[in-house]
Amino acid sequence: MNEFAITSEGLCRDFGALHALDGLSIRVPAGSVYGFLGPNGAGKTTTIRLLLGLLEPTAGRAEVLGYDTRTQAAAIRERCGALLEHTGLYERLSAEDNLEFYGRIYHLSAPERAERIRTLLSHFGLYERRADKVGTWSHGMRQKLAVARAMLHRPPLIFLDEPTSGLDPIASAELRGDLSSLASKEGVTVFLTTHNLAEAEKLCHEVAVIRQGRLLAQGTLAELRARSGLPRLEVNGSGFTPELLQSLRARPEVASAEVQDGRLVLELQRDAESAPLVTMLVAGGAEVAEVRRAETSLEDLFLSMMEEQP
Amino acid sequence: MIADIATVFWKEWREIAAWGRLRSKLGILILTGVFGIFMPLQEGRGWIENPAYLVMWAWMPLYLVSGTIADAVAGERERHTLETLLASRLADSAILLGKMAAGATYGLALTWINVLVGMITVNIAFSSGSLLVYQPAVLAAMLIFSLLTAVLAAGVGVLVSLRAATARQAQQTLSMTMLLFLLVPIMSTQFLPAASQAQLSQALEGLDPLQAGLTVGGMLLVVDVLLILAALARFKRARLILD
Repeated sequence: MNEFAITSEGLCRDFGALHALDGLSIRVPAGSVYGFLGPNGAGKTTTIRLLLGLLEPTAGRAEVLGYDTRTQAAAIRERCGALLEHTGLYERLSAEDNLEFYGRIYHLSAPERAERIRTLLSHFGLYERRADKVGTWSHGMRQKLAVARAMLHRPPLIFLDEPTSGLDPIASAELRGDLSSLASKEGVTVFLTTHNLAEAEKLCHEVAVIRQGRLLAQGTLAELRARSGLPRLEVNGSGFTPELLQSLRARPEVASAEVQDGRLVLELQRDAESAPLVTMLVAGGAEVAEVRRAETSLEDLFLSMMEEQP
Repeated sequence: MIADIATVFWKEWREIAAWGRLRSKLGILILTGVFGIFMPLQEGRGWIENPAYLVMWAWMPLYLVSGTIADAVAGERERHTLETLLASRLADSAILLGKMAAGATYGLALTWINVLVGMITVNIAFSSGSLLVYQPAVLAAMLIFSLLTAVLAAGVGVLVSLRAATARQAQQTLSMTMLLFLLVPIMSTQFLPAASQAQLSQALEGLDPLQAGLTVGGMLLVVDVLLILAALARFKRARLILD
């Protein structure tokens, strides 16, 4: 098996004068959950369409599971599951018929189809409503069914476009658990787009951030943090006087010191120790109730990238 | 390939069967009431014995197929199911042919239900002891022509559906097309000079039925093949995604 489930080199796609995707080069490790993040209109859907061979690139190339998207698209689609922008479910049909149809498409045998459909519907808590027309279901239930459909034929790679959209917090957490275990236990690669950055932070081994068709950053969360943010120390308490802040700012390991909402926030230089700073605060007359070393969140990283000039 | 066409065919039929709209069910009942009961009662034994009704049975699939095939692509696009289907392993041709086959067989099935109900009606009302059945040649012609026109409607329908933004728009365009298809030949003869009309009538009467049937059938077959080829050329993933 290849080390990477997806690789792309300078992938471009133009729609007339619009550069929907501009030189995208990514590497998605096999067996990982890969988050593909970007604001609306960034080129996420176009990327999925190109990777599934639904569109031809204007320039560049991509390989999915070792197959060229331009010349071997059928082989790619044979081996992938997908939940795209819309659930793509047939609302006049029952949940069972929807899965039966896709089971037939992927040539699962009749007993295998029956077993997979029962297992997946039970797993997602939909089995009791299997005979109901999908059109009568809630958005969350449909979303779960669409995820089940993408997993039906046990593909080694699944594309999921906003899979937890419309799910309640419990269902979202369960789905995150499922996706995580798919990757860790079954070696399935999950290519995930989401606007929920907290979710991506919990779930993704690596992320890529795109804006206006251009890749802004790619890597593990730790790598992105190392590239763009400094560690922070948050201190809850009182007595953070201007003189004390002045003394803190004078220290070489402190990049900045501010009081925000009654809380002292220190931005530290890399590898700075926090204990001497706490000692200094106490010695300076501050009352320290809680000290927390905060990592830069993915949301902070994402927002700072979006604020940068294109 | 055949298995994939059968899979799409299965799904299309499930959708047709599950389409619980009262209006469509009522439409089928009215159709059967008119062509299976009312008209046979009016026409008597002639309903089975007069080969001129062959034209009507050949026309019926055009009307019936166009009602369902309009939904084939435009409906899937409208309900956002097309892209997921295109992202599956199915070949373009399997999706297209499966949809066309389902639309055509739906029209054929309803046509033949009406033929059968009409035959039962005539036998109940007008039989004098012996069973009234179609002549084998007429029956064969009915089978062949209804099949050819069903495929014709499926071909035209899928091409219209590919271009339409919504299923309703496709249905309206298709209804107009079918109406023109029927009315133009009939109306155009009305504008011919009386002498030409008489000549045409004489020529039609003098035609050998077998030869005429083969000629029309051959022409329909050619048109059907051309329509299928045109639909296959138009039904391409990359194009449909961009549509």
